[in-house]
Amino acid sequence: MNPDIAPVIRIRGLTKRYASGAVALKPVDLDIAKGEIFALLGPNGAGKSTLINIICGIVTPSSGSVTADGHDIQREYRAARAKIGLVPQELTTDSFETVWATVNFSRGLFGKPANPDYVARLLRDLSLSDKRNARIMSLSGGMKRRVMIAKALSHEPEILFLDEPTAGVDVELRRDMWNLVRSLRERGVTVILTTHYIEEAEEMADRVGVINKGELILVEEKRTLMKTLGKRQLVLHLASPLSAVPPELGPWRLELSAGGHELVHTVDGDRSIDVAALLERMSSLSIGIRDLQTHQSSLEEIFVSLVSRHA
Amino acid sequence: MSFPSPRAGSGKRLDFNHHGVWAIYRFEIARALRTLVQTLVTPAITTSLYFVVFGAAIGSRLDSLGGVGYGAFIVPGLMMLAIFSESMSNASFGIFFPKFTGTIYEVLSAPISYVEIVIAYVGAAATKSIVLGLTILATASLFVPVHILHPGWMIAFLLVNAVTFSLFGFILGLWATGWEQLQLIPMLVVTPLTFLGGAFYSISMLPPAWQTVSLFNPIVYLISGFRWSFYGTADVRVGLSLAFTLGFFAACLGVVALIFKTGYRLKN
Ligand SMILES: Nc1ncnc2c1ncn2[C@@H]1O[C@H](COP(=O)(O)OP(=O)(O)OP(=O)(O)O)[C@@H](O)[C@H]1O
Ligand SMILES: [Mg+2]
Repeated sequence: MNPDIAPVIRIRGLTKRYASGAVALKPVDLDIAKGEIFALLGPNGAGKSTLINIICGIVTPSSGSVTADGHDIQREYRAARAKIGLVPQELTTDSFETVWATVNFSRGLFGKPANPDYVARLLRDLSLSDKRNARIMSLSGGMKRRVMIAKALSHEPEILFLDEPTAGVDVELRRDMWNLVRSLRERGVTVILTTHYIEEAEEMADRVGVINKGELILVEEKRTLMKTLGKRQLVLHLASPLSAVPPELGPWRLELSAGGHELVHTVDGDRSIDVAALLERMSSLSIGIRDLQTHQSSLEEIFVSLVSRHA
Repeated sequence: MSFPSPRAGSGKRLDFNHHGVWAIYRFEIARALRTLVQTLVTPAITTSLYFVVFGAAIGSRLDSLGGVGYGAFIVPGLMMLAIFSESMSNASFGIFFPKFTGTIYEVLSAPISYVEIVIAYVGAAATKSIVLGLTILATASLFVPVHILHPGWMIAFLLVNAVTFSLFGFILGLWATGWEQLQLIPMLVVTPLTFLGGAFYSISMLPPAWQTVSLFNPIVYLISGFRWSFYGTADVRVGLSLAFTLGFFAACLGVVALIFKTGYRLKN
């Protein structure tokens, strides 16, 4: 994140204790840069929705401050909220309204004058055009989620919160959602999303935050995270075991494992190795290979190991 | 995709979100229009039945009350009865339902103040009940000679009572955590008090002891004042009626203000 540019979301010392006594957020500090896609990861009950709902004005914080585009979310809530769109975790829509009416309602609610052209385009982009006069209750769950996204985008927000946008949606809608997020980013919209699908964060996010038990335990550029914490390995299963790595294979920095049955190369950062040359050399040494595997630890593994370390 | 890029920081300050208020108001009116039969036609038919039963069958055997025929006498009471219950049910349902389904999230996340939220919901509920009250008035005048002595005061009483009971309903809707609670106060408190509050009779027709008891019923003052604007006759002094009407209005307004100061029952 470029430290010279003022963050579009600035969170300082934010805490939340619900009336029930449950502590959902320990003091959280976080800056989110304009135009970035930020993925918030964490197990159930970690405090992701609480964090988002505080920023959006649905939950009152216990202490701390948040500014959105420089506006304090409590003192200048009008200016702050006008910039923010939210797709909440739960599918909650009116039943009897039409798609067209509900999206226009949202736009008005957020203080924007009617703009039928924009709303029509929005519905088209979300493949909802042919449903515009349908009552919401007649739509499928996936369609309803599209409607909720349309509502969140109805007032042309600069910051979009997606709380588990792809929970329970099919592959096609998921891909559409990813495309949508990318196209929003191209237009300078900041997107903050939570997800349980790590591949989603891996696919889309610029930065990743990991939250566990109300504590932000890590915030990192996704690339850095994958590079420093993600291991890439090449595993060669040998036809017959070796007792030591032959010196001829020195340049490839191999390790013997599985009782001499495997040769393992661990990739260092982005540097890749010449696998073809390695295989050629091994065959010239008459070392037989039964199988070959590559393995890259996913964000998921990184995440699981992080959370269990902090548990 | 073709989302227009957001306009970077237009410095315009939003001081009254009239688009937002209008959006909620229209949403609430649209809800009534979807059930037009239930909202207006049913009450019109019910009113007609009242006049067939009370006006023609019973009323013809009663003496006129202060020079007003019984049929005409009950018109203001019928209107108030409808205004009370319609304002309460509309406003309470209007805010309770989004709370119940969860769609309230959108209102809470919008750049709209509590005052604006109240104006929108209460304004819509009051509008609906006033239209209903006038429908009843129009229906009634097909059956009996209705005559309005102080039209200005009639409108004023109608307006203030509609807004007051809408505010009251709004409070009920905020307070209620279930459907039963939503019905509880209107059914167990307000409707009985209205029936006992001289909607269909003058309390001077009661035995003296019951007359005294009736004076503890605040609804008596509201209905009496409204009836005075029609016929110039009243059970209690009109100044008292006015004081009660405005006092109840102020009380409801105060409670709503207090509730929102704490974000009570809308936010965690
Ligand atoms: N309204 C509430 N009242 C009391 N406690 C709550 C409330 N909402 C959330 N909590 C508690 O706060 C904690 C954080 O919940 P939150 O919904 O923010 O988690 P999350 O990270 O979004 O989880 P999930 O992945 O399941 O959506 C949990 O322990 C939860 O039980
Ligand atoms: Mg959540």
